[in-house]
Order: sequence, then structure tokens, then C-alpha cells
Amino acid sequence: MKNFGKYLLLLVALFTRREKFKVYIRLIVEECILVGYHSIFIVVIVSTFIGAVTAVQTGYNLVSDFIPVSVIGTIVRDMTILELAPTILSIVLAGKVGSNIAGHLGTMRITEQIDALEVMGINSASFLILPKISACLIMFPMLVIISGFLSIYGGFLAGTLTGALTEEEYIMGIRLDFQSFNIWFALIKSIVFAFLISSISAYQGYFTKGGALEVGQSSTTAVTNSCIAILFADFLLAKLLL
Amino acid sequence: MIEFNNLNKTFENKNVLIDVSGKFTKGKCNLIIGASGTGKSVLLKTLVGLIQPDTGNILYDGRDFTKADTVLKQDIRREIGMLFQGSALFDSKTVEENVMFPLDMLTQMSKSEKQDRVNYCLQRVGLENASKLMPSQISGGMQKRVGIARAIVNNSKYLYCDEPNSGLDPQTSIRIDNLINDITHEYNITTVVVTHDMNSVLEIGEYVIFMFKGEKVWEGSKKDILDTKVKSLQDFLFANKLIREMKDHQ
Repeated sequence: MKNFGKYLLLLVALFTRREKFKVYIRLIVEECILVGYHSIFIVVIVSTFIGAVTAVQTGYNLVSDFIPVSVIGTIVRDMTILELAPTILSIVLAGKVGSNIAGHLGTMRITEQIDALEVMGINSASFLILPKISACLIMFPMLVIISGFLSIYGGFLAGTLTGALTEEEYIMGIRLDFQSFNIWFALIKSIVFAFLISSISAYQGYFTKGGALEVGQSSTTAVTNSCIAILFADFLLAKLLL
Repeated sequence: MIEFNNLNKTFENKNVLIDVSGKFTKGKCNLIIGASGTGKSVLLKTLVGLIQPDTGNILYDGRDFTKADTVLKQDIRREIGMLFQGSALFDSKTVEENVMFPLDMLTQMSKSEKQDRVNYCLQRVGLENASKLMPSQISGGMQKRVGIARAIVNNSKYLYCDEPNSGLDPQTSIRIDNLINDITHEYNITTVVVTHDMNSVLEIGEYVIFMFKGEKVWEGSKKDILDTKVKSLQDFLFANKLIREMKDHQ
């Protein structure tokens, strides 16, 4: 409970004694490049293979002749939009972006760079953490959209190349009973997960004490806690919104 | 002038500062000395506001820093420059960007004015040719000098230095000491240096306070420190066998 209180106080501190707006613009753009652009490679790889594997495994489980193979497309679409793109991608990004945030802030803490900012009269929490959270809130939904497209395309490639179904059957499957709210649900999830990953990781890094070993521990804790928070939030959002 | 009265600080039932008072005057190099773990760095961090004292007050030219509201505290902090033990340079910025950082954040100066000021400060610490290098590309002594340049770039009224000579060879240490001393007198600022380096004490210690087990047990200048009768200070000063023999020989 003490840690949770400290976490809430840190979030409040982000919005007190803020610096000039133009300072944040530059920092947010820099963070967007780090969070978004530098994550594209892993997003492409993970998403394409997730879609491909989903298509292959769904095809493998379709043993009844009464179920049309176009269902593979429908299942890949729904699993991708509802769960795989926002949740699995966020867990992957918790490992990449979360550990990066915790490691960066932890290193700044133990090398007294955060103290240097404070001595200058700069709100270090706001200056360092707010741009990271903002960048994650901007970039995560974009990455999830890219992930969704690539996952469905991965399913298409795997399904058609293995001969499980034809191109027309897959396209028919992904267009069947499409609910646009699912897209909104995925985007809401991505925003919530972005906030959780960035703020939890920032909290772990910002309050690092000790040396290099503790920075590593902070990064590990940040990833673990972010993943747990994602799974809790995932369940809660599914219960509330679906 | 920096004045602090009856400062007390406890960490987990351990008294780290016990009723510490003192006065650091303008235009002088004021030193806080003592063995490791005696509360020097805690006192320094308390004075700059990184640690909140349990009791006592700190006055910056009469302005109470401990009771100041957020705005006044921020104003006072913006008059403080600090050189950290590990230099605390921002590792993602070049030397020039590090020195320019306080000007970018705290002033309304134009780009050319900022550039002129940065060039002047880098020249003042003898690093005009290192402006485009990253902190990881320069030596420890150079990093300290960049730290000094960053600390004075905003025309700071108070300069704090936390163990400026740690990890440096004797010659570089003396160079850093002399730089701090020159800057103090040139700009008439209040400088506070935390050190356990006896060379620094004898080189620049115009006013020295000695900390022992969280208490201030001695104060004076470099002229009278060697004649002290305080046992703990004698033990600190003459810990080296050679110096002890030289003292006995005298």
C-alpha cells in the first residue's frame, strides 16, 4: 500500500511545477521515436508470426466438415483485434519499452543526474516521466493498429501458403460478422496498457536506490509488475466493456 | 551568505546530523571536511534541499529555504550551482549541450546569447575544444570541469561541490581546486566544498568546518587547522604516518 501511495504521489507530481510547453514537445517527439520507431521491427516480427500461428493452429483444430474453413479468417481477426494485438503486443512492449524506461531513469538516479535536475529547480519527475508517458499514449495505439494489420496478414499468408484455405475464403472469413466496436475496444486497451507500462516502469526506475545491480532489478521488477497490471486491466476491461 | 542553524536529521533511528549550525560567507571557499560516513554529504544535500532536515533552518541571504513555498524554493534553487561527486552530466547530451541545459531551461536568453555564454564558460574551465564531445569521451577531470562550467553558466550565487577531487590524480585535483577557488573570488560567490582531501583543505580552505559522527566539532581556517587540539580532527589530519612524523619532527 505504501508503494501504491508513493506511485500515486509521483503521478500527481507530474503535473505540478511543469516546465515550458515547448520543452515537452521536443522531449515527446524524441520519446515517440524511441517508443514507436525503434519498436517497429519487433512489432512486425511478433505480429506477423502471431497471426500466422493462430491461422495454422485454428486450421489444425477444424476437424468437422460442418464448419467452413473461412472460420479461420474470422477467428484470426477476432483474436487479433480483441486480444493478440493489444495485449500480447503490450506484454512484448513492456519488456522492451518498460525495461528501457526503468533502466534509463534508474541510471539517471544512481548517477545523480536526477539530483542535478532537482538542484537546478527543475521538477525532475515531470521533466523526465511526463514525456515518456505521453509518448507511450500516442505511439501504443498506432503500434497496435500496425500489429492488427500485420497479424491478420500473417494469418492470410500462413493460411493460403499452407493450403488450409483459399484467399477468397480467408477474406470472406475476416469480413464475416465484423463489429467495429472491437476496434475501439482494442484502442482503449492499448491506451490503458500504455499508461500502465510507462507509469509503472517510470516509478520503478525513478525510485531506484543503490548501484548497477539495483538498476537491473528495477528493470526486471518494472517488466514483471507491468505484465501483471496488464493482465488485471485486460480482465477488468473485458468485463466492463464487452 | 548561507546560514544554517540547529540542523538535525535522522535516518532509521540513526542520527546523521546533530544540531549542526554554521555560516558560509560570500566570496570565500567554505569547506566541510570529515571522514567517510560523518554526515558531510548529508549536510550538503540538506543545504541544497535534496534532503529535508527534521529540525533547524537554512537561510540563503536571509531567505528561509526550509520554510519557503514552492515558488521561493525554486527561485533559490535556480541561484544554486552544484558539482556532483560523479559529475552527474547528462550522458545523452554533448559537453556543450550539458552546459547550455540550465540556460535552455531557466532563462529567456536568445540562442546566440546562450552560445556566447556557453563558449565563455567552457573557455573559463579550459574545455573550449571539447564542446562537441560526449561525456563518455572525456576524462574524469574533464567531466568535473564540465560540471563546474554547468554550475556557473547561469551566474549562480551559490556553488556547491561534492568531493570534487574524488577519483582524480593529485595534479588534476589541484587544478580543480584552483579553478573552484578562482571562480569563487572572480564572481564573488558563496562556495561550499565537501571533501576529505587534505590537499584541498590546505590549498583553498578559507573557512573549514570539521564533522565527526554527525556533529560539527571544529571550525576555523586552513591557517589554524594544523594547530588544533581537537582529538578527532588530529586523528583525521594526521592519519598518514609520514605527515605524523613530519609533525613530530617540527
